[in-house]
Amino acid sequence: MSDQEPLLQVSHLHVTFKTHGGRVSAVRGVDFSVNRGETLAIVGESGCGKSVTSLSVMGLLPASGKITQGSIRFDHQELTRLTKKQMRRIRGVDLSMIFQDPMTSLNPTLSIGSQMTEGLVHQNKVPRSEARKRAVDMLKLVGIPNPQERMKEFPHQFSGGMRQRIVIAMALICQPKLIIADEPTTALDVTIQAQILELFGRIQRETGVAMIMITHDLGIVAKIADRIAVMYAGEIVETGNKRDIFYHSRHPYTKALLDSIVRIDLPSDELHPIEGAPPDLFSPPAGCAFSDRCPFAMEVCDHVQPPTTWLDLHHRAACWLLDKRAQAVREAVEK
Amino acid sequence: MTDSAFLEVKHLKKYFDLGHDRLLKAVDDVSLNIRKGKTLGIVGESGCGKTTFGRTVLGIYEKTGGKVVFDGKDTDAMSEKEHFQLKKRMQMIFQDPYASLNPRSTVLDLIAEPMDIHHLCKNGRDRRARVEKLLQEVGLSADFLNRYPHEFSGGQRQRIGIARALALNPEFVIADEPISALDVSVQAQVVQLLKQLQKEKGLTMMFIAHDLSMVKYISDDVAVMYLGHLVEQTSSRVLYDRPLHPYTQALLSAIPIPDPDVEEKRKRIILSGDLPSPINPPSGCVFRTRCPLAMAACASEKPSLKEVAEGHYVACHLHPSAKSGHAARMKQVFNKEENRPFQSIFPYLNHALYF
Repeated sequence: MSDQEPLLQVSHLHVTFKTHGGRVSAVRGVDFSVNRGETLAIVGESGCGKSVTSLSVMGLLPASGKITQGSIRFDHQELTRLTKKQMRRIRGVDLSMIFQDPMTSLNPTLSIGSQMTEGLVHQNKVPRSEARKRAVDMLKLVGIPNPQERMKEFPHQFSGGMRQRIVIAMALICQPKLIIADEPTTALDVTIQAQILELFGRIQRETGVAMIMITHDLGIVAKIADRIAVMYAGEIVETGNKRDIFYHSRHPYTKALLDSIVRIDLPSDELHPIEGAPPDLFSPPAGCAFSDRCPFAMEVCDHVQPPTTWLDLHHRAACWLLDKRAQAVREAVEK
Repeated sequence: MTDSAFLEVKHLKKYFDLGHDRLLKAVDDVSLNIRKGKTLGIVGESGCGKTTFGRTVLGIYEKTGGKVVFDGKDTDAMSEKEHFQLKKRMQMIFQDPYASLNPRSTVLDLIAEPMDIHHLCKNGRDRRARVEKLLQEVGLSADFLNRYPHEFSGGQRQRIGIARALALNPEFVIADEPISALDVSVQAQVVQLLKQLQKEKGLTMMFIAHDLSMVKYISDDVAVMYLGHLVEQTSSRVLYDRPLHPYTQALLSAIPIPDPDVEEKRKRIILSGDLPSPINPPSGCVFRTRCPLAMAACASEKPSLKEVAEGHYVACHLHPSAKSGHAARMKQVFNKEENRPFQSIFPYLNHALYF
């Protein structure tokens, strides 16, 4: 197998939604890749298109949404060209997803055991007894005490943290190559979140599964990501290794985002919020989407979309300040 | 501390009767003070009773026991008229800006409503002028007067909620998770606004939140709640630097820090298990079922809130009152290596324990 090719390669992805108010361009030309066994974190505020991107990869866009351009290559296959039936064979087997709210992703009327084995029995044609054994093993892996008994119970009999563990176990049961986790800990308390993040780390070490973690919490990103993609208004503005983004970020939005968080381990007397609000995607701006809120915006930013600049092999950003012609401005900014 | 206390809460209890002889002890024997013009942050996980506590202090829920003394006056001893006046002086900012604003009212009516109830406006023009001034104070344009809540973003709605709470010129404001429904960059905007308004108006504030980093920024003092109990209270600086209660330590260590180098070196205390049910809380110390340091005494005896250092209150058997004779014995226990699992995580704990 040629492992040169990344597990997932998304190129020039455009997604638009039809609404009563008109067309919304939720995702506007997104490029990223995920290698085998690594964790990519997609960071951004709500409405920046990070969830829509992941739903497009999963083939779970609602009827009003449409991929208008671009390609999604997963494991040597072009997902955008697959039929619904073919997509269903990949989803849940090689590709699974963990949603934010564990209560809404579990069926309240089915026991945990039957929900967990459903996929195995119907998709992979595994005999029921074998499927049950694997479900018990998975529950054990995610840290549910006496799994044998608890297989018979229903979602409401579990706490929020336990339910999220079950959802994770379900996502893992078919041994996927990639898991997309969309804000998996946002609905949980911090002490439970710490347990779940620890669990993600352990699972990745033990199974080698690749992961896309979608979150707005940069603390979580610092803990579990290998690489980071920062999204703003439907575009990826900066991508790089974890340390590139945290210590050598080059896009003003990334910098502002890092600046706006309060750290509990440092004394802080001042807050640096990002003033203003993200642009309206019904009529996306002609130039850089961040130019309205950017303290360093230049004339060109309002009119022309910034090109992507590669800073090194892994680190790239889309900002006019990185253009050769902006050398003088950049020096002034960096002072 | 007591002389300048603006709001004094003594042994406040709020039990909910669930029927079948079951009682949910949402707030159990909580005592604390808030000094005038200061902000007290209340933190804890969901279900710890922090919202119920705020609501009971305001009188939205009827308390089961205890006392609330507001500006030197016991609220129980007040007449009905005084109570009505009192409500003007205490206001609340709610969590969900989507649910707390009537979708069928305009911004003008929403913000003027509290003033209408208390008959504060002389006429229509005065009413409008007051609302315009409030909108300006919270950073919104006066053009918004005739718009409806659905036309605004979450951050803007929360600003409307703040304007509504400030309409009566209150002296005391309870903000119940005012930012948890908002985006990170917008959260900072709203918190900054609250802090600025507090400074301008000399407000006394109670800031309830589960986000410990924002609480750190806005609060002078912080109280930590767990399962209806107050487990630790001290100044914000001391709490984040030298937490003493094992729960506070675990809570702080659970928060991921947005700095990969720090995050990699950090050891954390991972609490096992979930919050026990408040209907049937554990005997003795409520935290003992998840506490990595629990001892035999924790199951039999409920620790009371003691002042272990000046202005630092902790409810834990490991931290006996500075004056108590137990201190020496406890010191022996803690000098043993195996009894100090937190050592590597909180190196300062060593001297913090033995003051």
